[in-house]
Amino acid sequence: MQTFEYASPTSVKEAVQLLASTSGGAEPFAGGTDLISAMKDGIVTPARLVSLQHVKELRGIKFSSDSGLSLGAMVTFEELLDNADVKQNYPALVQAADGVSSPQIRSLGTVAGDLCQRPRCWYYRAGFGLLATYNGKSLVPDGDNRYHAILGNSGPAYFVNPSSLAPILIALGATVRVEGEGQREVKLEQFFVTPTNDNQNLFALKPHEVVTEIQVPPPNDAKMAVYEVRQKTALDWPLAAAAVVLKMDGDTVKSARVVLGHVAPVPWPAPEAEQALAGKTFSEDVADEAGKAAVAKATPLSKNGYKVQLTRVAVKRALLRAVKGEA
Amino acid sequence: MRRKKDQRRELAKEGLSRRAFLQGAGAAVSGGLLTAEMAQGAPKAESGKVVGPGTTPITLKINGKIHKLNLEPRVTLLDALRDRLDLTGAKKVCDRGVCGSCTVIMDGKPVYACNVLAIEAQGHDLTTIEGLRKGGELHPMMAAFVNHDAQQCGFCTPGFVVACTAFVNKHPDPTLEDVEKGLGGNLCRCGTYAGVRQAVLEAAKTMKGGSPNA
Ligand SMILES: Cc1cc2nc3c(=O)[nH]c(=O)nc-3n(C[C@H](O)[C@H](O)[C@H](O)COP(=O)(O)OP(=O)(O)OC[C@H]3O[C@@H](n4cnc5c(N)ncnc54)[C@H](O)[C@@H]3O)c2cc1C
Repeated sequence: MQTFEYASPTSVKEAVQLLASTSGGAEPFAGGTDLISAMKDGIVTPARLVSLQHVKELRGIKFSSDSGLSLGAMVTFEELLDNADVKQNYPALVQAADGVSSPQIRSLGTVAGDLCQRPRCWYYRAGFGLLATYNGKSLVPDGDNRYHAILGNSGPAYFVNPSSLAPILIALGATVRVEGEGQREVKLEQFFVTPTNDNQNLFALKPHEVVTEIQVPPPNDAKMAVYEVRQKTALDWPLAAAAVVLKMDGDTVKSARVVLGHVAPVPWPAPEAEQALAGKTFSEDVADEAGKAAVAKATPLSKNGYKVQLTRVAVKRALLRAVKGEA
Repeated sequence: MRRKKDQRRELAKEGLSRRAFLQGAGAAVSGGLLTAEMAQGAPKAESGKVVGPGTTPITLKINGKIHKLNLEPRVTLLDALRDRLDLTGAKKVCDRGVCGSCTVIMDGKPVYACNVLAIEAQGHDLTTIEGLRKGGELHPMMAAFVNHDAQQCGFCTPGFVVACTAFVNKHPDPTLEDVEKGLGGNLCRCGTYAGVRQAVLEAAKTMKGGSPNA
């Protein structure tokens, strides 16, 4: 790992100043579960780390049935999973967080860190850049692309967004609060950026901005679920995942949000699936149709066609889990 | 880092093993060892102050003892334990937070020491595998690992024992299913999982009331 300066502020304001007052590039440092590894691999080489560990205002979970859920950026997976309000009101968020099963990662990994983690594309992690290029050509289309994108993959980016929390938070309509020179809010759906060059920021963050809070609207009796398809039950990311949030009137779906994970360079909303559900009387067949619609526009690469089927099934099973409580 | 390598080479020339060298380094460090009472209020990094990239004083509370070190901010807790403090129980295998062999307990929670910077571990209570054993007595989790033959080559074992201890402290009455899920942070390439699960179930019974050391 290259050397760097380190500072541990106690306020967001101070953190922002410390991020801004160096020329060599600075990174906010949360649990370190992704950043340290990325730095060891030399794919991130900040001149300064600004630890958020002692910034108390970034901690804590608040819930009220009127205003919904507020997650401090530094809330850990463990805190999220142990929170009674979250369990009761956002079961799908628990399902998503529960997929990160390593207790060691849960102890340190934070919600903002999960949203801002870097892609796992093995070409990227091996030093070929976000766009995985060698001699000006992407290594992905003709290479080992079994875990790469099946949607939003017309290039030049082929990696998949690795966050398990993002799809369900987007489906729930979450907003990210960020602070830099001022404070602002960004819809989580607009937070993720598909890069067109190696140096582009993957998130809608301006230089020196930090995420301070994730706000989630009240659940209002919505039915929700996440279904992940994983190769291994632990220490790995899902191959495909679907997050669904449904407003129901009896057996009829009034409206639906369907967001896919691990299939595209950004968390991938599936309006085709949402349309296939709206106004329908819910049934297994309807769920199946929604799954089909979600992947209708998929363009698999040479070795990841299997992900199309996994995604289709993930959508169907997420819907059955949400509406009928099926495992 | 460069200097250390040179030192090692020199020492090797003089016929000293790496281990002897590291033990020597450990002894030198424990010159700065304070008593447990002084451990209270181990200082955190000063707010807003920029330190590094060179060495900076770092104070760690490990197994009840305070250790004062001079480290660059980039030194991980795992490297500090193994290379500076001669606490080599936590193993360095993947060094990327995906195998569990370096698990230590920080404020009661299991963490990968390779994912924690030593400078970030200041102000926290750290327990390593070395700290689980009291006197000559095996910790109940260690005894259960022996009883259930829960190791083969043994390289992942310290990480498993520490992770399992933290798990039982949080889940005093686990089912087999809980154990299977709860140990999702450690890998064993010999495949001793069946023995580990049984060991955890047994230790959970003997540890009722919590493990005193973690
Ligand atoms: C073996 C393994 C398996 C995993 N499996 C999964 C999985 O299945 N699903 C999943 O979602 N994740 C998975 N993860 C990833 C894990 O969830 C992330 O590493 C973790 O959430 C990152 O959080 P952190 O606090 O440690 O972030 P850090 O490593 O500290 O930071 C990560 C990035 O986020 C930035 N950042 C952090 N906080 C802020 C903030 N407040 N404002 C702006 N930027 C910020 C940092 O600058 C850095 O670039 C896995 C990780 C490992 C090692």
